[in-house]
Amino acid sequence: MNEHGLTHFDLSKKDFHLKLKKGPDMEELGALLASLPSAPAQAAPQFSAPAPSTAAGAAPPPAAEGAEITSPMVGTFYRRPAPDAPDFVEAGSTVSEGQTLCIIEAMKVMNEIKAERSGTICALVAEDGNPVQYGDVLFRIK
Amino acid sequence: MFQKVLVANRGEIALRIIRACRELDVASVAVYSEADIDSMHVQLADEAVCIGPGPSKDSYLKPDRIIAAAEITGADAIHPGYGFLSENARFADICESSGITFIGPSADVIRMMGDKATARATAIANGVPITPGSEIMADADEAYAKAMEIGLPVMIKATAGGGGRGMRPCFKEEEFKSLFQAASNEAVACFGNGDCYLEKLVLNPHHIEFQIIADSHGHFIHLGERDCSMQRRNQKIIEECPSPLLSPEMRQRMGDASVALIKAINYQNAGTIEYLVDAAGENFYFMEMNTRIQVEHPVTEEVMGCELIKEQIRVAAGESLSRHVLEATPRGHAIECRINAEDPYNKFMPSPGTISLWYAPGGKGVRVDTHVYSGYSVPPYYDSMIAKLIVTGATREIAIARMKRALGEFMIHGIKTTIPFQQEILKHPDFEKGTYDIGWVGRFLEEKGL
Repeated sequence: MNEHGLTHFDLSKKDFHLKLKKGPDMEELGALLASLPSAPAQAAPQFSAPAPSTAAGAAPPPAAEGAEITSPMVGTFYRRPAPDAPDFVEAGSTVSEGQTLCIIEAMKVMNEIKAERSGTICALVAEDGNPVQYGDVLFRIK
Repeated sequence: MFQKVLVANRGEIALRIIRACRELDVASVAVYSEADIDSMHVQLADEAVCIGPGPSKDSYLKPDRIIAAAEITGADAIHPGYGFLSENARFADICESSGITFIGPSADVIRMMGDKATARATAIANGVPITPGSEIMADADEAYAKAMEIGLPVMIKATAGGGGRGMRPCFKEEEFKSLFQAASNEAVACFGNGDCYLEKLVLNPHHIEFQIIADSHGHFIHLGERDCSMQRRNQKIIEECPSPLLSPEMRQRMGDASVALIKAINYQNAGTIEYLVDAAGENFYFMEMNTRIQVEHPVTEEVMGCELIKEQIRVAAGESLSRHVLEATPRGHAIECRINAEDPYNKFMPSPGTISLWYAPGGKGVRVDTHVYSGYSVPPYYDSMIAKLIVTGATREIAIARMKRALGEFMIHGIKTTIPFQQEILKHPDFEKGTYDIGWVGRFLEEKGL
C-alpha cells in the first residue's frame, strides 16, 4: 500500500471483511462530521454577552409602511439644527428632494442629511441625540 | 490603561486584538462592513458598529467613519491591525487631533519610514547597509566603472521602466556595455526614456525580517528574526522562526543594526525591519520597514514567549514593556502557514463561498488564529487569508513533523484552500534542508506547470 500511497483499502466478501489503513481516512471523517446535525449555517454562535450594536433605531418597526431612509454614515443623530430650534421634519411632513431631514454629527462636523427624493415622512425612527451606525434606519418615507 | 479600544480592522487580526483586550480587561469595539456582520470579530467584541457596505474603500478605509465610531462608543484608543489604515500617517494624525491614541508609532515616523527613499536614506545614515546602487548613469562607460565599484552581478534598470522592461542582469564584465545599451534601447522604445541606473543584484536572496519593539521608558529591543522567503509573487505563504539560514554572528549583526535604527529615529511600539540576505548568509541589505504589527507575528510570539498585541496596547498606554519580553530568549522553533481561500492548482484563483465544514487541528504546539467557523461565508471583498496555522516544536525537525500532521488534520469543505500546496512544500527536501530563497515557489510552480 505504501508503494502506491494507498491510505485505505476495504474488501467485503460473503464471509469476511478486510480493511487496511495506512493513515486516517480523512474523507470518511469529513463526510461523517459534515453529516452530523448542526446549527443552521446562518446562525453565528451565541455567547452570554452578545455584542449589542449601538443602533439608535432599536425599536421594532410596527407596520412597515413606506421605504427606509438609512444612515449613510456613523455619528450622533439630531432631529433639529439646535437644541431650541424646531425639528427639521415631523411625522406627516412633506419633504422635497434635497431637503434637510436631520443632522448626523461626527468629528465635530454637523453633517446635514438630505432627502434623496420627495415624499411624506411616515415614521421617525432614530432617536434624537442617539448614536447611529451605517445602515441604521432614520425615517420611513412614502 | 485604556478603558476601551476600537479595532479598526477585520478578520483574524481583529479577533486577535479583541482577545488581547479581553485578557487585559479593556473593553473592545469592533467596526464592521455589512459583508462582515457574521464575522467572529463582531460577535466577540463588547460592542460593534457598522461602518459601511462590503467594499473596503467604503468601510474599513474610511477614516472619518472609524473616528466617528470611536466617538459614539467613547473609545480612547484605536488599534489599526495590519493593512487598511495601519500605515496611513494621515489617519494617525486624525486620531491624535481627535484625542484618541493610535496604537503604533507617531504619524511622523510612519511618514518617514513609509517613504521608500527616505527610509533607505535613514538606514544608510545609521549604518544599516542597503542594496548598493547608483544614480542615473550618463553613458555605458560611466556605468561600467560604477558597476565595477558596486561589484557584479548588478541589475541594469531603466528609471522609467516597469513590468520587467528595460532591465538586464549582468553577471560577466565583458557583457556589461552591450547589456547596458540593450536595456537603454529597450527603455527608449517602451517608455521614451533611456536613462538607466544600477543596483546590486542579490542572488537567490532570503527575506529575513526582524521584529522590533520600543516603549517610552527607554527600551528599544529586537525579538529575533523571521524567515519569510517562501513567497509567491511577493506574497508570503510560509514563515518560520528562527531562520534556518542565519548564523549566530549574522543574527547579532542584524539585530544590532535593527536596534540602532529604531533608537536613532526614536521609534515607538512594534515594527518590523525587512532585509534581503544573500544565499551564503553573509551579507544583509535593508529593504524596508513596516511600522505596524505583521501577519506572521505569532511565530515570534511562540519562540520568544511573548504576546505582541498586548505589548502594543501597553506601550501605547504609556507602560513599560513587560519584564518577560525585555528578558526574552528564543526557545524552540515555530512555523506558520497562511491558509488562503484560493485554488493553488488553478493559478491561485480566489475561492470565496460558504464553508460547509470546518475542523481545525489541535494538540500540543498547534495554534490556529482564525475568525472563521463551520457555516461561515467567505466574502469576496477582502484578501483571501482565512486562517493562520502556527506550530511550535522543540526543534525545527519536530516543528516540521507537527506542521505536516496539523495540515493533514485540517478539514475545510466548501471552498478551495492553499493547504494541499503547503503540504507539498513541507514535504520537499529543500524545505527540510532550509535551502529555499524568495524565488523558490516561482521555480517550483514552473516545474509543475502550475
